[in-house]
Amino acid sequence: MGMNTAEAARRTALYGLHRSAGGKMVDFHGWELPVQYSSVMREHHAVRRACGIFDVSHMGQVEITGPDALAFLQKVNSNDAARLQDGGAMYSHLLNERGGVVDDVIFSRLGPKRFFMVVNAATADKDFAWLLKQAEGLDVEVENRSDYFGMIAVQGPLAARILSDIVPEAEPLKRFGALELELYGRDALITRTGYTGEDGFEVIVPNEISPRIWETLRASGASYGLLPCGLGARDTLRLEAGYLLYGSDIDNEHTPLEAGYGWVVKFSKEDFIGKAALEKQKREGLRRKLLGLRLSERGVPRAGAPVRFGEEQMGVLCSATFSPTLQAGIGVGYLSQPGLAAGAKVSVELHGRRIPAEIVPVPFYKSKSLGDKK
Amino acid sequence: MTNPESCRYAKSHEWVCLEGDGAVVGLSDHAQKEITDVVFVELPKVGRKVGQGEAVAVVESVKAAFDFYAPVSGEVCAVNEELSSNPALVNQSPHDKGWFFKLKPSVPGEARQLMDHAAYQEFLKTAAH
Repeated sequence: MGMNTAEAARRTALYGLHRSAGGKMVDFHGWELPVQYSSVMREHHAVRRACGIFDVSHMGQVEITGPDALAFLQKVNSNDAARLQDGGAMYSHLLNERGGVVDDVIFSRLGPKRFFMVVNAATADKDFAWLLKQAEGLDVEVENRSDYFGMIAVQGPLAARILSDIVPEAEPLKRFGALELELYGRDALITRTGYTGEDGFEVIVPNEISPRIWETLRASGASYGLLPCGLGARDTLRLEAGYLLYGSDIDNEHTPLEAGYGWVVKFSKEDFIGKAALEKQKREGLRRKLLGLRLSERGVPRAGAPVRFGEEQMGVLCSATFSPTLQAGIGVGYLSQPGLAAGAKVSVELHGRRIPAEIVPVPFYKSKSLGDKK
Repeated sequence: MTNPESCRYAKSHEWVCLEGDGAVVGLSDHAQKEITDVVFVELPKVGRKVGQGEAVAVVESVKAAFDFYAPVSGEVCAVNEELSSNPALVNQSPHDKGWFFKLKPSVPGEARQLMDHAAYQEFLKTAAH
């Protein structure tokens, strides 16, 4: 889907605060958001070592309620919504009939007939139309709440300490726990989730109170080393952690199996959209797979760079960066030899030169703050 | 240490400082601030003959790659090897430890046609970026 560039960029409720804090604003899928405040490196390290906060208000929110809410979620999700208890959240993929990814989402179960889904910004409108279509004939209400809610991600090994100074109820939340509560007199939802590979929370609140929460977090987190972080650090953090970026790493043409996310596909559950296509793909074997590589020399791989095994081009990188944590170039790409093992020597083309690289396991980085929890 | 005030500047934000019959080149303080977080610098090989305005080096931040254009013509006679292990020197010390390479100018007078420090500061104020 092309973006309508004539359309004015949308701004979140925190726009003014970003500007006054020196945020360098860029266009992100039609949203005007900070790519960085001071430095991608500093912000990245703040999240790995202490805490960072991110404005993710551009993300979409969908409320799903009614007697058929669970049946509806089971139909549209590759993951098994029946495994959720009240107060639990789950990462999942929405698939098309071909097994391609419509979006990757996190949804929470707030009650037996009440769920809350967070979707990507770039796909929010497409998702919502698609979800409405899939809800036809079911006794379920699907409501787009994206304009009403803002969202702040609080991420890092000190996130729990900093957030619970302000919201003590958040402290006992487990990884992928979800808690409804009242903040400043408004209904809010906090989930212990994130997109950085560190412990952390996503705080979903009505837009009218999100600036207050942002400022309170900044003030009380400053002495812990908390920094406001932009899209630049968000991308380096998520890639180190092996998280997918919709539109770059997954889309309608790539399946979760190809992306190395087979664990979000629960073949054991009853039918869901895309199941038959994935069963077929599993039977026949993969022809390409998203693999990670690390440059053996210093350099910065970029999306689109060709990857070679010997002389043969096996694919191109779909996400790549310089990893601030590993101090090395890293990237992922769909390669035509899915069985290529860690340690295999490949090369990446940069500025017309072939730089040696090695296939490595993804994630590239695992945080101690998450322990063994997924 | 090159004195920023005695350097000449190209519109593409490289500085050149004449030293005897040689010249040192690097990236301006303004440019390093704009780029932020330099994580990789690819330098030309010693002995390469470069022309004024030719893309001869690449500066990379986490987010993007930037071409570095030779501010004057000449033959590269030394490169700053330190940058390969510590590219952040471009940010920390753009006029001293973050120099890019030295060359023997081949076209007399080229440097003088570039902006002096005062003109460059004026250029930064008016340039749209």
